[in-house]
Amino acid sequence: MNETFDYSVVDGILSEHGISETAIIAILQSIQEEYHYIPKEVFPYLSKKLKVSEARIFSVATFYENFSLEPKGKFIIKVCDGTACHVRKSIPIIERLRKELGLSNTKPTTDDLMFTVETVSCLGACGLAPVITVNDKVYAEMTPDKASELIKELREGNCDD
Amino acid sequence: MINNREELQKAREMYAKCLMAEKKKILVCAGTGCVSGGALEIFDRLSELISKRGLNCQVELKNEPHDNTIGLKKSGCHGFCEMGPLIRIEPEGYLYTKIKLGDCEEIVERTIVAGEHIERLAYKQNGTVYKKQDEIPFYKRQTRLVLEHCGQIDSTSINEYLATGGYYALEKALFEMSSDEIINEITEANLRGRGGGGFPAGRKWAQVKRQSAKQKYVVCNGDEGDPGAFMDRSIMEGDPHRMLEGMMIAGLACGASEGYIYVRAEYPMAVSRLKKAIEQAKECGLLGENILGSDFSFNIHINRGAGAFVCGEGSALTASIEGKRGMPRVKPPRTVEHGLFDMPTVLNNVETYANVPLIIKNGAGWYKSVGTEKSPGTKAFALTGNIENTGLIEVPMGTTLREVIFDIGGGMRGGADFKAVQIGGPSGGCLSTENLDLPLDFDSLKKADAMIGSGGLVVMDNNTCMVEVARFFMNFTQNESCGKCVPCREGTKRMLEILERIVEGNGRDGDIELLLELADTISATALCGLGKAAAYPVVSTIKNFREEYEAHIYDKKCPTGNCQKLKTITIDAALCKGCSKCARSCPVGAITGKIKEPFVIDQSKCIKCGACIETCAFHAILEG
Amino acid sequence: MDNRDYMMIDGIPVEINDEKNLLELIRKAGIKLPTFCYHSELSIYGACRMCMVENEWGGLDAACSTPPKAGMSIKTNTERLQKYRKMILELLLANHCRDCTTCNNNGKCKLQDLAMRYNISRVRFPNTASEPDVDDSSLCITRDRSKCILCGDCVRVCSEVQNVGAIDFAYRGSKMTISTVFDKPIAESDCVGCGQCALACPTGAIVVKDDTRKLWKDIYDKNTRVSVQIAPAVRVALGKELGLNDGENAIGKIVAALRRMGFDDIFDTSTGADLTVLEESAELLKRIKEGKNDMPLFTSCCPAWVNYCEKFYPELLPHVSTCRSPMEMFAAVIKEEYSTSSKRLVHVAVMPCTAKKFEAAREEFKVNGVPNVDYVISTQELIQMIKESGIIFSDLEPEAIDMPFGTYTGAGVIFGVTGGVTEAVLRRVVSDKSATSFRSLAYTGVRGMKGVKEASVMYGDRKLRIAVVSGLKNASDLIEKIKSGEHYDLVEVMACPGGCINGGGQPFVQSEEKEKRGKGLYSADKLCNIKSSEENPLMMTLYKGALKGRVHELLHVDYAAKKEAK
Repeated sequence: MNETFDYSVVDGILSEHGISETAIIAILQSIQEEYHYIPKEVFPYLSKKLKVSEARIFSVATFYENFSLEPKGKFIIKVCDGTACHVRKSIPIIERLRKELGLSNTKPTTDDLMFTVETVSCLGACGLAPVITVNDKVYAEMTPDKASELIKELREGNCDD
Repeated sequence: MINNREELQKAREMYAKCLMAEKKKILVCAGTGCVSGGALEIFDRLSELISKRGLNCQVELKNEPHDNTIGLKKSGCHGFCEMGPLIRIEPEGYLYTKIKLGDCEEIVERTIVAGEHIERLAYKQNGTVYKKQDEIPFYKRQTRLVLEHCGQIDSTSINEYLATGGYYALEKALFEMSSDEIINEITEANLRGRGGGGFPAGRKWAQVKRQSAKQKYVVCNGDEGDPGAFMDRSIMEGDPHRMLEGMMIAGLACGASEGYIYVRAEYPMAVSRLKKAIEQAKECGLLGENILGSDFSFNIHINRGAGAFVCGEGSALTASIEGKRGMPRVKPPRTVEHGLFDMPTVLNNVETYANVPLIIKNGAGWYKSVGTEKSPGTKAFALTGNIENTGLIEVPMGTTLREVIFDIGGGMRGGADFKAVQIGGPSGGCLSTENLDLPLDFDSLKKADAMIGSGGLVVMDNNTCMVEVARFFMNFTQNESCGKCVPCREGTKRMLEILERIVEGNGRDGDIELLLELADTISATALCGLGKAAAYPVVSTIKNFREEYEAHIYDKKCPTGNCQKLKTITIDAALCKGCSKCARSCPVGAITGKIKEPFVIDQSKCIKCGACIETCAFHAILEG
Repeated sequence: MDNRDYMMIDGIPVEINDEKNLLELIRKAGIKLPTFCYHSELSIYGACRMCMVENEWGGLDAACSTPPKAGMSIKTNTERLQKYRKMILELLLANHCRDCTTCNNNGKCKLQDLAMRYNISRVRFPNTASEPDVDDSSLCITRDRSKCILCGDCVRVCSEVQNVGAIDFAYRGSKMTISTVFDKPIAESDCVGCGQCALACPTGAIVVKDDTRKLWKDIYDKNTRVSVQIAPAVRVALGKELGLNDGENAIGKIVAALRRMGFDDIFDTSTGADLTVLEESAELLKRIKEGKNDMPLFTSCCPAWVNYCEKFYPELLPHVSTCRSPMEMFAAVIKEEYSTSSKRLVHVAVMPCTAKKFEAAREEFKVNGVPNVDYVISTQELIQMIKESGIIFSDLEPEAIDMPFGTYTGAGVIFGVTGGVTEAVLRRVVSDKSATSFRSLAYTGVRGMKGVKEASVMYGDRKLRIAVVSGLKNASDLIEKIKSGEHYDLVEVMACPGGCINGGGQPFVQSEEKEKRGKGLYSADKLCNIKSSEENPLMMTLYKGALKGRVHELLHVDYAAKKEAK
């Protein structure tokens, strides 16, 4: 166990979901909501508590797209590349965002941990294609220019607080 | 708290009376689409303005009727997402589209207070102004049964659900029917699973009922993963109680006391609406122990997905609820025998459960009067792509593709020609003009090598490259393959590899045959339904658009000009002034020429980046 | 008509008994259906899709997951099926290293075997095999992930049979891999070194660590005296690989082969086992006499079990016997015996086990930094060395082991099978030493391949309750039972299912053949004229000689102390 890591947050999450192997996904989701990723330190701790091997927890955490083992940015931008968005040109939006933020599909998060850009396969808002979400807020009928504008706004808005 | 049948009936009557008493109703669409357009801010502004005006604004249906109130409600998705944010005004039935915050005052003053219609905000098509929602062609041709409440009532209020006859089906099932009678009704109605397979729900329920295990489960598949589909999301957000009621009836019929709803991670609003609905139902005593004083107890839990398409497959979904990797398992044993936590499990999708209260309430005979003989009822479709009216629709089974695309969908966007429609998501097929008169039902589509899937209809115009579409879907499936079985894990990877090489101009003789051979192996041997269907988009595009594949492979041409690597960029000698700007912009030195004479592009060097096109001041460089 | 159930396999009626799935029945019908991921001892995974069969309606079913039903009719060999099998093999090969000749699983690989059987002569896809990705951090096994076909056999063995879960699947789709947590080196994981994963692995992705190369050097070195001990389970497991029958006792031939290979002194670990019996019985009786038997005494012969206990149940270590394993007891005695030799001493143990490689390297078993056992060679490696020497094994005349440690008892020999340690201890503990009495011990419930066995034996007027478990999952289930109040006096734990005969270092065989190994050891016991360890005359000599005053130093170990020191 890591002595510098504060496990009380994890304890709180565990008591909320119940100490049970079946709650692993919900527990990992809550941990991710708390830290924006799943810190390495929680693996041995969860393994002990839930009586599940660390490798098993790792296997669950790496199976699902939403879990990140690397710290994510403050603003998580998901660009929908579902069929409807794809045929209405979502790729140029992704490209613009990545270009603007200096990211790629192997480097999803900016060094200042401000932005993470990911693609998702469908946000189910196909009527508004192409869409992106920023921390789950939906932005409809996007264009590369609107995306640039949005980044600017998020940056400035962030300076305010 | 509603303790028994009588109290439920009374509550229903009372809330109906309260709803009737509202002088006017403003239904602000609070579906994901309209919310992203600012619907919630519009809601708040309207509430503020109405109160300021000294009117009695009721944002939540209360249990005592007040005359002259203005009911302001957050409704479920109206389906007409393209036109959002939407507002519906009752009793007139006006539909206002593309509302902005600045429109609110006018709406309150002119429509609410003075009763006028604001033409500016109405929907217009081909010069006609449609005042009322029901008159709009998009709605007129639909039969909204499952979606009847979406856009019509407050989706966040159990009181309104009760006011419109909610939980009557549960009441009927609980006090007037035996579990066999419930199952018989569903079987008789021939309700077929709306998640894609079309397996008769009644048969599934009967099999679960037959199991002797003490603990059984009712699971709702809300992992609507098909890109281009959002029917289930709209039901979960817009009419959550209907779905809960359906699950409860399933539990009652099969002897299950626990229900699980698995909602995909991308639907946070559906999760919060469902959570709220469950809480409301619990508070009313419609969920929990001894419901309505009977010996039936039922609880519903929500599990959020974590981003894995494969979890839409039954056994992967139950594995995920159990906290495991969402990998499908081999069958037998089937889910009805050993499902969630190894116990007998009824697993249906959102739309299927939402149909259940309708059938119990109106009877199988009524239900069968809608749709076709073998596929009764309606089906919700998400209409997207290069089509005029995108959105969510519901039509009787058997409606033809032509009616859906041209009558309801308003035809192709920008007047382009129809080319294909992709139906059923990544597991479905691409149908061409030849199939436009195909009735949309389980069996007809199967015959055409497609499937209804969960109901995503992505319409594509003649500018769409079908090889690229196939590549897109294969890329999706390959990304979402769980990796368990060899044919899906390795086979889809190889299919993608071949498709990529074709769209990049490196296709080889024999590639089509190799694709088909791989598709055959994967379809026949893959472990789960998703794997088995993974090759459909490729097989159906080869079947319907083989010449496009051949053009890519043999002529190294993309007939639609979509595939970047297959483009040829040439300089029109007649237009070229020989300024050399293009040659200087070319990153690979492919352009050469003498000043003041036409320049030429060396095709063997050109990487089709298009930099030259942008720099040419004389529009002399062409792409094709 | 009789009332037995039949089904048709390729047009031939086959009787259904209690086969759990079509695959087993098809094997019974004399057809070897191809499969990578089916193991009768593991849960059904159904991922390789090689065992698909065609039903009478033309549909395909995976034989491994379809139960046989009377009246069913299937075909195992149709044009379609063969085409699909070939395509699946082609897909696997496209992604797999094809340098078979230099693979350390060459000749034992299922992928290689099936590619040969299905005559795969070309692969139509680009070769995307990754570079070797070797993890040799473990002393017991070596992994090369580039050779993995993701059948999941190792994952299931590790978690279902052993309850260790050191490895699991990670990521998904074409990125899926088998990994420890955060892909740590296996030596830093929860791995206990049992090697069952290597046994289950159909390819060369997990193999037994190869220590033969260094050993050959020492054998050839004239200034080195190389002694060797052979564990009981080795003699019955050489089997087909060297032209013998399964379960055939080949100790005499092994001795002959080792002598020809150049080993100087050849002994039998059964002798070491006799020492263990004496020490362990004494420990058990002492505990009972002193009334310190709230918790049972756990055996300590199995190094994978000791590792498991240290990693997962450290609180139980005080109840694990302080006896060194037979290998380590014997090694200490042998090193002592030759301590005055002018040559450099090297001691080798031939073991059915991979975890012994770890045990040999433990600090507890080193003297002045030199391990008592310098090399542990698994049965698989022994076979390799015999082949390398060119010896025609089946033609060898049996030879006897060397003096001064040339005697052992039947009690020592049966250590190689689950329940053997217990039976040997019981022979020592019971007062009636007659042949009938010993024979009746065999029927107390300690014998057989079951994973959990219980027995009770009278000791004086006291009834001793004994549990015998093999497979660490069974061990952990039993421990949980004990923690919730179940009482035993002695618990024998062997990490590998069925005991050492199925150790991770043995050649892979199907379960029917595994039982023959157990029978082979019990027949070897029958051939021994001394059945109880204390009657081994050598023991008296040792206790009066080399061991005098040094029993604790040479024969015992305190695993619990190490834990505390940590």
